[in-house]
Amino acid sequence: MGRYVARRLLQMIPVFFGTTLLIFLMVYSLPGDPVAGLFGDKGASPSTLAELRHKYGLDQHILKQYWDYITGIVLHFDFGTQFRNDRPVTEVLGDAFPVTIQLAALAFAFELVFGIGLGIIAGLRAGRLADNAILIFTLLIISIPVFVLGFIIKMVFAFQLGWIQPNVSNDQLLSEMIAPAIVLGGLSLAYVARLTRTSMAENLRADYMRTAVAKGLPKRRIIGVHLMRNSMIPVITFLGTDIGALMGGAVVTEGLFNVKGVGGLIYESITRREGSTLVGLVTVLVVVYLVTSLLIDLLYAVLDPRIRYA
Amino acid sequence: MRGATHAKWAALATAVALAATACGGGDDSGGGGGADGIVSSSWGDPQNPLEPANTNEVQGGKVLSMIFRGLKEYDPKTGEAKDMLAEKIETTDSINFTVTVKDGWTFSNGEKVTAQSFVDAWNYGAALKNNQKNAYFFGYIEGYDKVHPEKGEATADTLSGLKVTGPQTFTVKLTQKFSTFPDTLGYAAYAPLPKAFFDDHAGWLAKPVGNGPYVIDSYSKGSQMELKRWDDYPGDDKAQNGGITLKVYTDNNTAYTDLIAGNLDLVDDVPAAQLKNVSADLGDRYINTPAGIIQTLSFPFYDPAWNKPGQEKLRQGLSMAIDRDQITQTIFQKTRTPAVDWTSPVLGEEGGFKDICGDFCKYDAAEAKKLVAEGGGIPGGTMKISYNADTGSHKEWVDAVCNSINRALGNNTACVGNPIGTFADFRNQVTTQKFDGPFRAGWQMDYPLIQNFLQPLYYTNASSNDGKYSSEEFDKLVDQANAESDIPKAVGLFQQAEEVLRDDMGAIPLWYQNGSAGYSERVGNVTLNPFSVPVYNQITVK
Repeated sequence: MGRYVARRLLQMIPVFFGTTLLIFLMVYSLPGDPVAGLFGDKGASPSTLAELRHKYGLDQHILKQYWDYITGIVLHFDFGTQFRNDRPVTEVLGDAFPVTIQLAALAFAFELVFGIGLGIIAGLRAGRLADNAILIFTLLIISIPVFVLGFIIKMVFAFQLGWIQPNVSNDQLLSEMIAPAIVLGGLSLAYVARLTRTSMAENLRADYMRTAVAKGLPKRRIIGVHLMRNSMIPVITFLGTDIGALMGGAVVTEGLFNVKGVGGLIYESITRREGSTLVGLVTVLVVVYLVTSLLIDLLYAVLDPRIRYA
Repeated sequence: MRGATHAKWAALATAVALAATACGGGDDSGGGGGADGIVSSSWGDPQNPLEPANTNEVQGGKVLSMIFRGLKEYDPKTGEAKDMLAEKIETTDSINFTVTVKDGWTFSNGEKVTAQSFVDAWNYGAALKNNQKNAYFFGYIEGYDKVHPEKGEATADTLSGLKVTGPQTFTVKLTQKFSTFPDTLGYAAYAPLPKAFFDDHAGWLAKPVGNGPYVIDSYSKGSQMELKRWDDYPGDDKAQNGGITLKVYTDNNTAYTDLIAGNLDLVDDVPAAQLKNVSADLGDRYINTPAGIIQTLSFPFYDPAWNKPGQEKLRQGLSMAIDRDQITQTIFQKTRTPAVDWTSPVLGEEGGFKDICGDFCKYDAAEAKKLVAEGGGIPGGTMKISYNADTGSHKEWVDAVCNSINRALGNNTACVGNPIGTFADFRNQVTTQKFDGPFRAGWQMDYPLIQNFLQPLYYTNASSNDGKYSSEEFDKLVDQANAESDIPKAVGLFQQAEEVLRDDMGAIPLWYQNGSAGYSERVGNVTLNPFSVPVYNQITVK
């Protein structure tokens, strides 16, 4: 087990270099000149352009740029400098990630609690009224695009009822984060509910369930331990990969609710061709993906005793 | 026991995950704007560090307008350049200027504003090694080619045309006659800088110190800046409120919803999508005033296909094929005004704003079709209007312009839009002359002078002459106008140059952009200056 974890952690190293190089090359191949964009519609003096390119290392060969960038990260934890505003990228990441983590954690808690809850209710009452109601509800959520849901929530709860603030302020209060978290977690909630429902409905008919009932175990134990533990594997898999998606893919939600997080930063870095910022962001997200997938693999063993890691 | 081992390893991996994702906390303390006369205003993250000679867009300009005062200041209403720190600026030949700086001004850190403060700041702004984006402003001063050569290393550190002659006086020597030079000095790039700027540059950037009516109280990059009134400010345009809090918004839509919800006092850019609701939401708390911004279509004169004699008729015909009235009404909800010249209404008649374009800027399908045919038709049969699709609502109006041209010419393939994904790519292609058809161009004035709308854009090889328009006659008239010390006569010469531009149709003027703003019931006396920046110091709080 220990060796397995160590091996998985070591595997992250080539993945880290591979993804950073790929992203770096992709940003490099984007058309346009990030430095010329800084001058707006006005003409730029060619000598200032050359000086700025030199300052950010853009006049070097792409592989040399990548080498300098990676040695900066590995040796000094230096992710480079943003062209915009001349800020160190570590500072930019340090501003954006705490907000995003807060938002993603809330959204995750929301989809976990309500998604699994609804899934259990539907799964245990498969084919009956509650199941159908939940089916329709999740269908509705899946079919509404995120920005429509966001606008509706803003309109109804912020402007007509006045229960919440329409936007997240610079203080990023937890209470302001609830609405964007619901919007962000809504889609995944529907998936989680459906996965849980199907998995449970299937396992209800499994042999070990019949055995447990025949043994005369109390109902709470049958459902809580025998059924739940086995039904959670596909759900956990989905939840694990969803953490990364919640953190990196919240562009629309962040824009709608004025959350200054990672999603908006990624979008902006792409349009501005800010290679160093983008690679920094993606690197952190890749690490998040890797670590959560490791955690999930370990959780499999906890949930299903048949799975063993040497 | 097996389970316990699992749990232990899971906990370890969790710890690693937490350590990997914990990236320090962003500090975002600050008020919500409200009590004690503080005005909260929408803001965008400035594009460049807040150095005066490095700020070329509105967001950074907002801050500079509050913390700096230069030799001249533009009247927020008329745009007229008035003496601010300048006691007097004298010249006899329009080349050598003697500047006397008023006594009694200090920076907010107590340091005296002297002639040296200006000369040091200008030398810093001009020097190539400092990478200042507005360095070209100092290009008229003698010695600029030494400190900022087009190619290669700088051979001097300071501008030879600047000399400090006394504690409060300095002289400026220009390379050519430029009679309206003193009126350009209200631009932020010419602001004085305190010694702290040079001694502790990083510290200054973290919290800039200037000589304007406000001081920066706190600045957390990317989210918020709090400015407080400077009580000892020596000027007569003291702040009428306790301070301004600038809040960064992800876009102008979220800012607008915060204004409606009462969380924000001032939004200085009302989103196009909300213009229909504005009168219902805000009533008379919405302002829409002309700003010194003009949108044009530039032509690729560097392309032989677009630079043949006789093609001025083609360009004039295209101009007449654009229904400016309809496009500004339906697409821009009257936040743009159809253009009648190549300058801006903010200049006023005295400043040179005049209907020079005449019939060439009026929609006339029949005449347009005739002129285009006389001008040899559109090169290649189809022209592509290039624009960047990531910002603004360029797609909408370019499509509308093309529709208008196609309808007028009775040819559905005469004009198509050519979207470029990002602004950075668009500018790159513009500056490297990649486009083989017209492309959108926008010009926001640096100072309210007719010279600023013509020379940088249409003079041969000027810094922003992206289409490479060139006319000996135009250049000659601009030179004469710059040499003319009588201001009305100079303006007349510039207008003559503009007529040359019209006869060549060197660029098609489309419309003037207005500045728009909405404000809450808490505040009053909100206006926008000709640069579409709110006049913060005049805002009152009820």
